[in-house]
Amino acid sequence: MSGPVLSIRGLGVRLPRNADRSHALRDVSLDIQPNEILCVVGESGSGKSMTASAVMRLLPANVAIDAGQVLFGGEDLVQASEARMRALRGAGIAMVFQEPMTALNPLRTVGDQIAEMFRIHTRMDAAAISARTLGLLEEVRIPDPRLALRAYPHELSGGQRQRAMIAMALALDPKLLIADEPTTALDVTTQAQILALIKDLQRRKGTAVLFITHDFGVVAEIADRVAVMQHGLVVEQGPASEVLHAPQHDYTRALIAAVPAIGAPAPRPVSDTNILQMRGVEKTYRTGGFLGRHARVTHAVRGVTLDLPKGATLGIVGESGSGKSTLARCIVRLVEPERGVITLDGTDLLKLRRREMRQAARRVQMVFQDPFASLNPRRRAGELVAQGPMVHGVPRAEAMRRAKELFALVGLDPAATDRFPHEFSGGQRQRIGLARALALEPEVLVADEPVSALDVSVQAQVLRLLQDLRVRLGLSLVFITHDLRVAAQVCDLVAVMKDGEVVEHGPVAEVFRAPRHAYTRALLDSVPGRHFAGAAPA
Amino acid sequence: MKRFLLAYLKSPPAVIGLVLLLVIVAMALSADWFFPRDPLSLAGRPLQWPGANPRFPLGTDNSGRDIAAQIFHGARVSLLIGVVATSIAVGLGIVVGALAGYHGGWVDDALMRVTEAFQTLPNFLLLLVLVAVFGSDITTVTVAVGAVSWPAPARLTRAEFLSLRNREFVQACRTLGMGDARIIFREVLPNALPPVIVYASVVMAVAILLESALAFLRLSDPNVASWGNLIGLGRDVLRVQWYVSAIPGVAILVTVLAVSLVGQGLNDALNPRLRGR
Repeated sequence: MSGPVLSIRGLGVRLPRNADRSHALRDVSLDIQPNEILCVVGESGSGKSMTASAVMRLLPANVAIDAGQVLFGGEDLVQASEARMRALRGAGIAMVFQEPMTALNPLRTVGDQIAEMFRIHTRMDAAAISARTLGLLEEVRIPDPRLALRAYPHELSGGQRQRAMIAMALALDPKLLIADEPTTALDVTTQAQILALIKDLQRRKGTAVLFITHDFGVVAEIADRVAVMQHGLVVEQGPASEVLHAPQHDYTRALIAAVPAIGAPAPRPVSDTNILQMRGVEKTYRTGGFLGRHARVTHAVRGVTLDLPKGATLGIVGESGSGKSTLARCIVRLVEPERGVITLDGTDLLKLRRREMRQAARRVQMVFQDPFASLNPRRRAGELVAQGPMVHGVPRAEAMRRAKELFALVGLDPAATDRFPHEFSGGQRQRIGLARALALEPEVLVADEPVSALDVSVQAQVLRLLQDLRVRLGLSLVFITHDLRVAAQVCDLVAVMKDGEVVEHGPVAEVFRAPRHAYTRALLDSVPGRHFAGAAPA
Repeated sequence: MKRFLLAYLKSPPAVIGLVLLLVIVAMALSADWFFPRDPLSLAGRPLQWPGANPRFPLGTDNSGRDIAAQIFHGARVSLLIGVVATSIAVGLGIVVGALAGYHGGWVDDALMRVTEAFQTLPNFLLLLVLVAVFGSDITTVTVAVGAVSWPAPARLTRAEFLSLRNREFVQACRTLGMGDARIIFREVLPNALPPVIVYASVVMAVAILLESALAFLRLSDPNVASWGNLIGLGRDVLRVQWYVSAIPGVAILVTVLAVSLVGQGLNDALNPRLRGR
């Protein structure tokens, strides 16, 4: 077969009038050859997902294609009828979504949902359909496919659900598979497996894949060709090796430079005195069960013993469910651990009464993950920052003046204190969160995934700010993250958590260069594009 | 605020509701000016049809009292009962719901069992009991209407708090060392309020209806000129002089409709997901 499977020519997509720009996509031209993986990379708002929706003609109601062609096998999909599009979706072009939990119907079994593809598009009989469905589940290597056939989505893990989604997408041997951030919601080890699966299936079936991602690590892992998008324009495209190692456009260069290397920087000398000590901290959750019968007990944190030297950064890494966030919440006493000792500079935090803890709160502060949920939408930014000191008795005028200073400190315009949180971007909101935590002049800052909701370029800025503040204010940091690249970049010490336990800890250079525990090794091996890093110094 | 007003004024039913409500408020305010005499005093020959006598545009009831005067003065009573009873119900509901939703655990269990105890009784039955026990002057009736209407706002507030209390911004407030009362009422409540405000319009409509129903059974305060009292009087002459009951009935209908339309309009304007549709 010759010629591209899909050819997008000068595609334009218009946004509603009150949007921040007139077009979601402008003059986008892309070709996908058979048997090729094209990665479309960009930050949020770049229009990469809109491209996928435009190809499938699944655009939001008030958004419309106003220019260009989408040629699929010679047919222009922009002009195609709705009935024709329905026949093509699933059969000719299939799609895999980011969130496998919401993309599957929770009330129907996985087997039933895959079989539906055949029922809609073919005239196969029931027996043939169930045989094919089982075959597909075997093909995507779900453990115990017969059981998975009858399972409901919530009975499968995230990775298994994504495998089921891929099985569904590939059911009718589509010519083109569109994958919209298919691994973003998954843990690194699962992500590595899914990426390998997509690549393997693609090679065997010769499907063309349009792979949308924000992660250059994933690109390095999987792409044959790369298209970089910014503000609805394709700024650069070419073979993966060229774009990754010799980027032409400034924006591509900036994006790649923002990808931190997994190798740790030279170790800094670490102080001998520990500011924060954790000894045998335990937290279990009990759910369900009446009067203790059939109760499910989850050991979220099991006997964690760690030290944070003064002025150092302790990274806690692990996958979802490893207990790292629970541990962070134990330190600030949002969660009450059952057993163990957490001492801050000699005072046992867990022994304090509620009133005393409120006083001690100013010494340990927390930065949260979600820049949208962690700020009260009905308070002005300045008030959010001034709140802490005001609770502890600082007069309002004084606290507001200090808030302006803090705004300047975290790189925000001090005049912006009377705006509301929704008027700020994600990165700016995270800076507000940081200013709020710093307002109480804490000794220890606990940061729970502070950059994981941010775009890479913004991520780099916030990390640089954190490091700079740590040095300037003499802070000690507990840094929770799932991203080993980020951990390697900012931490002095690192602790790897799995199922509530610390399996390995030590100086970050040692742990990452010569991991002793099998799980640490597996984590490091799973980092997508682990040998790839922005060569250009930032 | 400006955006909110614009969003509200975009919907024609909401504007109609607001205009109707303003007319009723104007009637209540101007009652003393148009009808300076006591509306319950005898004014003329009983049971004159509307329009029959230019002195009584809406006619007279079976005791010879001016119906128009009673309608204007009755607007005061209905609105007063509506507003005061709603404030009591929503205020109580918010406090109970907020405490239950924020604290959870045994506090929630205890407060919700009390709420359910109120909910299992039909509120009109409970209202009858309260009025039978405590008497039927206007203050008691208003408080009783409020006291039977709080469970629904309490449940609504609780549901909002349950979803808000685990948000990171609430946790952030706790790490700052804020006390519970301050978090509940200054931080979480403003976020939980919009659906409760909207629901308040339903409570108000129901409160007006409850008072009218009481009056219809002649269990409301007979010494005030309320619409319900007038309907109750008209009951005796319903088959011939039906206008005596019908006119206050229309007044109640229009008021409840206006309050509901305003509530709908508030809902649409406060709900950001519906904006721009």
